[in-house]
Amino acid sequence: MGVSSSRVEKGKAVLRPLTVNGETREVAFLPHETLLEVLRERMGLTGTKHGCELGECGTCTVLVDGRPVLSCLLLGLNAVGHAVETVEGMAGRDGLHPLQKAFVETGAAQCGYCTPGFLLTAKALLAEDPRPSRQRLKDALAGNLCRCTGYLKIYEAVEMAAERMRKGAGARAS
Amino acid sequence: MPPRKVVGTAYLKVDGPSKVTGQTIFADDLVLPRMLWCKLLRSPHAHARILSVDTAAAAAMPGVKAVLTGKDLPIPFGILPVSEDEHALCPDRVRFIGDPVAAVAAETEEQALDAANAVRVEYERLREISSVEDALAHPEPRIHDYGEDGNVHKRISLEFGDVEKGFAEADRVLEGNYFFEGSTHLPMEQHAAVAQRTPDGKLCVWSSTQTPHYVHRALAKVLGMPAAHVRVIACPNGGGFGGKSDPFSHELVVAKLALSTGRPVKICLTREEVFYCHRGRHPTLMWVKAGVKRDGAMTALHFRTMLDGGGYGSYGVASTYYTGALQTVTYRVPRYKFEGLRVFTNKPPCGPKRGHGTPQPRFALEVHLDRIAEALGLDPLEMRLKNLQPPDSLTANFMKIGSMGLGECLTRIRGASGWREKFRKMPRGRGVGLACSSYISGAGLPIYWNALPHSGVQLKIDRSGGVTAFCGAAEIGQGSDTVLAGCVAEVLGIDPLDVRVVTGDTDLTPVDLGSYSSRVTLMMGNAALQAAERAREMLADAAAGRLGVPEDRLRFEGRRVFDHEDPSKGLPFAEACVAAEAKFGTLGTTGSYTPPRSPARFKGAGVGPSPAYSYSACVAEVEVDAETGIVRVPKIWIAHDVGQVINLTTTIGQVEGGVYMGLGEALMEEMAYRGNRGVVHKFPSMLEYKSPTTHEMCDVETILVEDPDPNGPFGAKEVGQGPLLPVMPAVANAVYDAVGVRVDEVPLSPPKVLKALQRKAAGAEPRYGPGPLPETSWPEPVRVTPPWEGGDGRDLREKAEVGHGGVRGRIPGGK
Repeated sequence: MGVSSSRVEKGKAVLRPLTVNGETREVAFLPHETLLEVLRERMGLTGTKHGCELGECGTCTVLVDGRPVLSCLLLGLNAVGHAVETVEGMAGRDGLHPLQKAFVETGAAQCGYCTPGFLLTAKALLAEDPRPSRQRLKDALAGNLCRCTGYLKIYEAVEMAAERMRKGAGARAS
Repeated sequence: MPPRKVVGTAYLKVDGPSKVTGQTIFADDLVLPRMLWCKLLRSPHAHARILSVDTAAAAAMPGVKAVLTGKDLPIPFGILPVSEDEHALCPDRVRFIGDPVAAVAAETEEQALDAANAVRVEYERLREISSVEDALAHPEPRIHDYGEDGNVHKRISLEFGDVEKGFAEADRVLEGNYFFEGSTHLPMEQHAAVAQRTPDGKLCVWSSTQTPHYVHRALAKVLGMPAAHVRVIACPNGGGFGGKSDPFSHELVVAKLALSTGRPVKICLTREEVFYCHRGRHPTLMWVKAGVKRDGAMTALHFRTMLDGGGYGSYGVASTYYTGALQTVTYRVPRYKFEGLRVFTNKPPCGPKRGHGTPQPRFALEVHLDRIAEALGLDPLEMRLKNLQPPDSLTANFMKIGSMGLGECLTRIRGASGWREKFRKMPRGRGVGLACSSYISGAGLPIYWNALPHSGVQLKIDRSGGVTAFCGAAEIGQGSDTVLAGCVAEVLGIDPLDVRVVTGDTDLTPVDLGSYSSRVTLMMGNAALQAAERAREMLADAAAGRLGVPEDRLRFEGRRVFDHEDPSKGLPFAEACVAAEAKFGTLGTTGSYTPPRSPARFKGAGVGPSPAYSYSACVAEVEVDAETGIVRVPKIWIAHDVGQVINLTTTIGQVEGGVYMGLGEALMEEMAYRGNRGVVHKFPSMLEYKSPTTHEMCDVETILVEDPDPNGPFGAKEVGQGPLLPVMPAVANAVYDAVGVRVDEVPLSPPKVLKALQRKAAGAEPRYGPGPLPETSWPEPVRVTPPWEGGDGRDLREKAEVGHGGVRGRIPGGK
């Protein structure tokens, strides 16, 4: 994802269209601001958290075109022309996403701070592999740190959601 | 008693939906109109005198609204009244790399950072003190001008019965040296705070703190404001683990800046700064001497600990006492002697991390017991089982034990882990290890001396049937809001999600001392129980009148109040509320909890007593790669006596989380330092400070043992910290079972394991660990006669003075 525009001046805010959670908005931000900063401080989307702002902990993970990305390592400018999804976009009109529901039921969110990053990483995994093995799950989540749960409830939650999503997809298909 | 409907079940966490949708407002999520940003300038030197601070250039920079230095906040503070040795900004001396020196408030965070870097500070460097050995060898330069002597902050000596006599009666006496490296909490959330001067001239501070009450006290003291004009709101913490239990520089600084600029001010620490705030596990050198009979029964135990405290006092005096307090509560120790000391060094201050001062001695004791069992040719599990401290008993150091489920923990874990089939029977390179532990369910005495309740709960019940519970406890992810709702819901027969909880707000909620020392479930739970029972009485009185049924036949269940002999006769809960409001007026009740008085009366007895002790037993299975020294842990079995489960989901979550954090400490986590004096933090980043990812985390089988304690709400004891404790020694003992080498240090990192294996191969002692403790002098011990020798919990010298007609008041001691 390159920076497309040449009309960028250091220290001067730019106005760019950003597509976040299916809505496109013109957002003013400084060219050196990270996507994390743009989301939290320019768009009020504080559901995306941060733990290091150096790409080490996975807390700030969002989806860009469906793939998990560390929003602290991406410039806001890099996101122009791409579809960004944050935790605020997960719940639909019918209520919580199956992953969110499973995280609530299993207690996979203790302090809840790393939770948005885990939810989005898991969502991307399930889109790719609706029935991940435990090992695949561990591999997919290895870039996200959690200090509360020891990850075990998170595995349970993702597996519970995966099963429900498969059943849901099956029911819709029949 | 009808069966419980809420307590003991896996009812939903009250804050679950808000956390999974990103709607929980953590401190850094707050944005107020006209808000300024704060940045701190921190010391680049580990030990130096501040000669001058020039803020002129910084103050003139764009966007800057205020610059503060040490002289603007001259009043010292500290979590313990005996060591108020911190300043919001260092006035004349810096004591570790990262000690805050100046602060800036500016329109943007970047402007604040640029301006902070433009503050000119002239330092005169002083010799740095880097370790326990260094501190004992170099009393000068003194890091603080208080403490015992030189750079020794505290020396403790306590003796309960004549240990030498005990060693003389022993069949075997074994000594050992151990070391536990420091580690840090690493909460995912970086500390943040926002302060605002409200239009009436008062102050409001939001912070990611576990202890809003102590932050409240520190703010009032340092700012010289009436406490009643200061409001502290603990935002839900993105993890704490003890790291957000002290009042911090940045909280005081943003408050001062908000007062002086008249605008809200926010700070969010960088991850590097979080490492400098620290307050984590004290690096601890230990020496153990144990006398045992042939069956493993101890005749005497002598323990010495030496703690590297870092640059400030923090909770350190309490931490030091804790390294000697709980050795007696698991197995019978008829005579016990403890000597401990804490030194100041030029490193970030240590304090309370999950287990507070007890994981280090627990590691040493449980590894030592493994050695003893082997020396005696006994199974370490059976040996422990035979020598348990009985329930409803006093220990040598006058800890009052209530319920004690360690025996059941051991027998159940023996079966679940396949202990008998595995211990000393697995192929080389694989092994199992066992360890046990215990932890307090809150401290029996408060941090500052007072006769007030440790926890208070208020209930508001309105005519809509709405119930709101107010309590000062801080939700740090451990699920205290969920426990509060559950206890109230159980008594009132409603759903926990019907209860609105308002917590951690010094304006709105009654004081709870905070989310530390595993105190909240027991103390807040008891307060909630009392408040809810009082409300229930009023509702029952009014409902009985309406229904024409005697009160004692009423049951509260399923959002109804009804006659249990004729369940069709009843009222919806909301109607019972209306009836009660009509009869009694506006409905509100309170409950409070103060722990029972401890029988321990000697100086130093402030640390250790608790209303109830939890117990844990742990078996770890390991695989050791003899070529690399890498230890893998495929599985841990843990049995935990929690007294009574309040919420099944969060209880198991706490056990698993404790095991996880213990595994990290066992294998990899360390606050390590480098540089020619060993005071430069080696890893102030999450990438380099290794903590377990999904790849290192083991499988965990949790066994919950419920041995209800009469002091706990519904019988409940703690679960937040205890299950961490046995993991490190269980892993170390398993490594010995696997490859026959002792690593007497935490963490058991690959180089240490490899060195021990190499020594074994060379025919040397198959061990990696510290040598003898550095030489020092210990004070004359406080001597207390154990209960079975007729002691009454008092210091013999004190008794002698009373005998001579002297009168001495009770010394709260310790904390």
